Amino acid sequence: MLKRLFLSDYLVLWLCVVYFIALIPFTPGFASWSNLQTILAYLLPLLVVALGLTLVLIIGGIDLSVTSTIALASVVGGKIMSSEAGWLAGSAVAVPVGIAAMLLVGVMMGVVNGFAVTQCRIPAFIATLTTMMFVSGLAIWFTQSQKIGGLPAGFVALGQKLWLATAIAAGATWLAHYVLARTLFGRWLYAIGHNSRAALVSGIPVQRVAFAAYVLAGLFAGLSSILFTAGLETGNPEMARDNLLDVAGAVVIGGTSLYGGKGRIIGTVFGVLFLALVDNSLNLLGLNFYTVTMVKGGVILGAALLDALRNKLLIS
Amino acid sequence: MIEFQNIEKGFFGVKVLKGVSFAVKPGQTVGIVGENGAGKSTLMNILGGNLPPDSGHMLLGGKPYAPKSPRDAERARVAFIHQELNLFGNLSIAENIFIQNFPRRRTWSPFVAGPQIEERTRRLLAEVQLNRSPATPVEQLSAGEQQLVEIAKALALDAQLIIFDEPTTSLTSRETERLFAIMARLRERGIAMLYISHSLGHVQQLCDEIVVLRDGQVVGTGSKETLPLERMISLMVGREITQLFPRRETRPAPEIALEVKSVSQPGVARNISFQLRRGEVLGLSGLMGSGRSELARILFGLDPCASGEIVLNGESLAGLSPRERIRRGLAFLTEDRRAEGLCLEAAIADNITMVSLPQYSRGWTRAVDRNACRSVVAKMREAVGLTASARDEQPVKTLSGGNQQKVVLAKWLLNQPKVFILDEPTRGIDVGAKHEVYRLINELAGHGAGVLMISSELEELTGMCDRILVMRRGEIRDEIRPDEFDRERILRAALHDGSLV
Repeated sequence: MLKRLFLSDYLVLWLCVVYFIALIPFTPGFASWSNLQTILAYLLPLLVVALGLTLVLIIGGIDLSVTSTIALASVVGGKIMSSEAGWLAGSAVAVPVGIAAMLLVGVMMGVVNGFAVTQCRIPAFIATLTTMMFVSGLAIWFTQSQKIGGLPAGFVALGQKLWLATAIAAGATWLAHYVLARTLFGRWLYAIGHNSRAALVSGIPVQRVAFAAYVLAGLFAGLSSILFTAGLETGNPEMARDNLLDVAGAVVIGGTSLYGGKGRIIGTVFGVLFLALVDNSLNLLGLNFYTVTMVKGGVILGAALLDALRNKLLIS
Repeated sequence: MIEFQNIEKGFFGVKVLKGVSFAVKPGQTVGIVGENGAGKSTLMNILGGNLPPDSGHMLLGGKPYAPKSPRDAERARVAFIHQELNLFGNLSIAENIFIQNFPRRRTWSPFVAGPQIEERTRRLLAEVQLNRSPATPVEQLSAGEQQLVEIAKALALDAQLIIFDEPTTSLTSRETERLFAIMARLRERGIAMLYISHSLGHVQQLCDEIVVLRDGQVVGTGSKETLPLERMISLMVGREITQLFPRRETRPAPEIALEVKSVSQPGVARNISFQLRRGEVLGLSGLMGSGRSELARILFGLDPCASGEIVLNGESLAGLSPRERIRRGLAFLTEDRRAEGLCLEAAIADNITMVSLPQYSRGWTRAVDRNACRSVVAKMREAVGLTASARDEQPVKTLSGGNQQKVVLAKWLLNQPKVFILDEPTRGIDVGAKHEVYRLINELAGHGAGVLMISSELEELTGMCDRILVMRRGEIRDEIRPDEFDRERILRAALHDGSLV
């Protein structure tokens, strides 16, 4: 029984449940309705960006620039929509244009990464590391390090109205799941991750598919930026700055392999949930930022060890 | 020297070894033959400390031997020469030989003793008759020379037992002879050897005793006198294979399926022209490095060609990617099925549908029709005779080599190719699977496809082909028709006459 549970695909979900129940007695307000809403609001934008990262990890790639993309999209959206200094301040089309621009920033970043990796043959780690650095700097330079407030109410609702944010994230999750599990494109992503040379010999358009995976990662980052920016009501050039490795860790905890070929969207959902629970509980315990980071590192390591043990058991 | 006593081992509840017992005496060379999946690799993994047996014992030199890791095996002076050589291409010969335990100036010192290493390497290389400087990077050596380095490494361990796993697959015939001469000397020194191979002729030539494994059991032992070739094969397969090469009832049609017109690529291929007719099996012979595989890659669009034309069913393939060539009916079974033929970690079903999947995806989202896939996978598994014990979702890497090759064939046959290029289709697979591959090739030709078959095994080419082209140094040197099939003539064209050999 215990072994069955341990080997189940839903192990991370069970871990979440166990962790949640175990910490209720020690953590005042952990299970309160308002705190659960806080947890949800925290995890939704992270989940959306994690979806795109999952796709890229499945082809055996990596995208370090997703969180910088969130920051850039955030300030671009702010610059367009803000009622204080926005280019389209007060205009009726400000919100749709702003949203479109934020998604476009994501797509453009994906195009740059995809081009660098598939056409210029730069290793994904280096290509996306450099775009990450460049874009982080660009976002700060663009706003002279200022935050942009005064976003229109219609936009802010996307993040502040929790049901709306949940619906957006759920839609994105379903879409990613459908693409990955049901479509030809999804199968090709796995094939490339398993063995890109065999995929090429089998007539799979490896470069185009890999390119599309990076574009999708950028698009999801843009969407995530909308949720982030609306939720915090500001365009912030340092948005999501500390979240990159959290997100990557969550995806890996969710069962996606860094070597490619393995991973499922449902796993990523559980991984992000686990991360959100850990983060929230540690904050409630009143630990400072550095302690939270340390403990989070330890917890992620523990989860990774558990997963390694599980794989070993699965083989034997 | 080594004695196996009732070794048993199972995976996923399936018994792979069912009580294997036999012994090797000092200075004896014992051949182990058997189909893929007969349990040879598992037995060797147990011997090498990679796997523990479920039950049974091993005795090494009369003492109990239970290695827990490859390191343990080495300490017990048991050495392996693997089919895929385990050398570091970027390191020198000397570094490779002493990689596990560099001699130090003092036992506690972290500094390696350079001159001593070089001296010892020189002596070891002399023993295996490899005339190279110890400082040569291993990647500059040919496959045969690398094998000699492996043997030198075994000698450096002062091995008392050396296991050779398919050592001749990537060797030229001259290198093979040299290897056998060295093995004979090792035997005189009293080193016991286990020799695993699908080349039954070599086993007969080399071994004092032959052990035949089938389905995890020893089904026969004997010397080369008591176990002639036919007897060995029927023991391995468990039934009589009356004819290894099945007869093809159909003849080639007059229509041309593939025409190659003076294809050239500097350093690889020079002025290659031939025609492949529908229903024809055309053999392509030549030594390793003669340009056979390189030509196949050019035909399939994986490598560029500087000039010339390739015409498939009347349509020029110039500038088309492999993907577009596949769509027009080309198929290519690559020489290295692990690196380029299969996604080893992926499921059998996903590998089988890998090429044809676009045909089974529907609507604007290109959603995969999973029911159609399931039934078509079942159909292909049946068609290629894949083992029934494997589930569709099982990773391909869990299959034996022969069954893996059947998965590659299934993947291409599902796309109903008009021209099928096969590069070493039976490399490293057992007699039963070979027979099956031959049957499938005949069937495909019978349906009017053209088959271009590259092989290092002359018997296979002469047994299967309507014509044989012989390549040497990127050129076609000879074309041999069925009534003139002659091993010697093929070899002569492949090797050139005289000076170079």
